[in-house]
Amino acid sequence: MTTSTSTRAAVTTPDRRLPALGGFAPGALGIELRRVLRNRRTLAFTLIMPGVFFLIFGLPQGGQSLDNGRPVTAYVMISLAVYAAMVATTSVGGAVATERALGWSRQLRLTPLRPAAYVATKLITAMSLGLLAVVIEFLVGAVAGVRVPAYVWLLSGLAAWVGSLVFAAFGLFIGYLAPAENVMQIIGPVLAVLAMFGGLFVPVEVLPDVLQQVATFTPVYGMGVLARAPLTGDGVSMAAVVNLVVWALVFGVGAARLFRRDTARV
Amino acid sequence: MTSTHPAVELDGLSKSFGAVTAVDGLSLRVQPGEVVAFLGPNGAGKTTTIDMLLGLSRPDAGTVRVLGGTPDDAVARGRVAAVLQTGGLLKDLTVGETVRMTAHFYRHTRPAVEVLERAGITDIADRVVGRCSGGQQQRLRFALALLPDPDLMVLDEPTTGMDVEGRRDFWQALRRDARRGRTVIFATHYLDEADAYADRIVLVRQGRIVADGTTAEIKNLAAGRTVRATLPGADQAALAALPGVDAVEVRGDSVLVRTGDSDAVARHLLTRTAARDVEITSRNLEDAFLALTTTQTGA
Repeated sequence: MTTSTSTRAAVTTPDRRLPALGGFAPGALGIELRRVLRNRRTLAFTLIMPGVFFLIFGLPQGGQSLDNGRPVTAYVMISLAVYAAMVATTSVGGAVATERALGWSRQLRLTPLRPAAYVATKLITAMSLGLLAVVIEFLVGAVAGVRVPAYVWLLSGLAAWVGSLVFAAFGLFIGYLAPAENVMQIIGPVLAVLAMFGGLFVPVEVLPDVLQQVATFTPVYGMGVLARAPLTGDGVSMAAVVNLVVWALVFGVGAARLFRRDTARV
Repeated sequence: MTSTHPAVELDGLSKSFGAVTAVDGLSLRVQPGEVVAFLGPNGAGKTTTIDMLLGLSRPDAGTVRVLGGTPDDAVARGRVAAVLQTGGLLKDLTVGETVRMTAHFYRHTRPAVEVLERAGITDIADRVVGRCSGGQQQRLRFALALLPDPDLMVLDEPTTGMDVEGRRDFWQALRRDARRGRTVIFATHYLDEADAYADRIVLVRQGRIVADGTTAEIKNLAAGRTVRATLPGADQAALAALPGVDAVEVRGDSVLVRTGDSDAVARHLLTRTAARDVEITSRNLEDAFLALTTTQTGA
């Protein structure tokens, strides 16, 4: 008798406490990650295409060496890893635009999920996909015969991955700029142009003088230099560090401001 | 559940968009356990009121209390849940994934299988949302709203855009769920929905409440008949004093009497006055709705 009463009470009195961490939950993150990995377009542009680029543009330069004797193929591989990571993190951040266009953000406002927890989920998802993009590009390189010391694999990979945080912020910035269903169709070409100025497709030194000057101010330049530094042994220029920090601030602060505008109640 | 607070207290709520006043000094109190239909034509201010009720937008003036607290707090604690017209879904998640993902945002929810069952979408749990019909997506939104087992359920035009079958399935799901004590507020412009599912109907027009009563009371507004006759110089006071008469209106030589007892009015007109051309017409709920929501003559 007593048991049945207490059982019923447990069933009918819901727990009305607030969720921990504003509703941020590893379970939801898991579903989000699976969702991203199911998206064929994302997979094609972030995980497959950069690898194919390496096979087409990198492999034919096999046997050639940089000034310090390291293989040119490694230079191409690291550059394309940076490209893969930036496209990956941008696409996850930019997906906010799609979710706003679909009205999902509004649906979420009917749940306990706090906007900051939503953004945290997006950032972690973006960085996870970015890491996967770098790892796959390096795997393609390794299998295709790229050989460099372990510290180059590690430091270049780490730089490419951490640097892509700038583009996770860029993606969020675009995502909160305007709701749009197919945001990557718009910013995909922009990323390609930025990647070119950042020396990811051809070395910046190959560009005409004026464009070289311009290139040092574009957002991919810093992360490209940093990611290749362990390979080239050129050292890290102040210009590259300043470039990375400034663009991280521009996109980070920009995304935060737009985010606050979006979540303000009117 | 046992709290003594009203489920909803809206007090002097106003909201304008530019020069357009969407909600104009609206006050409403809903007690726990009531099922209330918010009935009115498009543009009456129903959605704007619901947005303020849920804390999605801020009133220009007036206050909102939900279950004794702020709307934000009620949402965060899962005490209020809603099915809105504008709430979107992720097309590339399955129905089941959408429910499980949303469940993660709460401290505690009913099991996903249970809400899918109660919303009648267990059979499409593995279907991608983008391939679901509008009615199925709406029942998914309903399943999401059931997750926290809310004390107050708010639905804004939940069957808009559905075909007849979809509407019937949706209301059947809602009815199956009509558990004791859950307060339900739904906006609709379908009279039959308000009539069939609400205990109480609140009629809104131009951001104001023009009638508020039990479904029976609102239906009574429509239960009467109109007696029309040609009677120059009609004695309005005498007609208004007849039993059952709600309103008397004189238009030139014609007199229109709205009444619950048309026989008494007709008998009076034909035996005590010089009235001719007596006509008796009945009004239905549709007429009452139109009268209350489109002209100034209120209840």
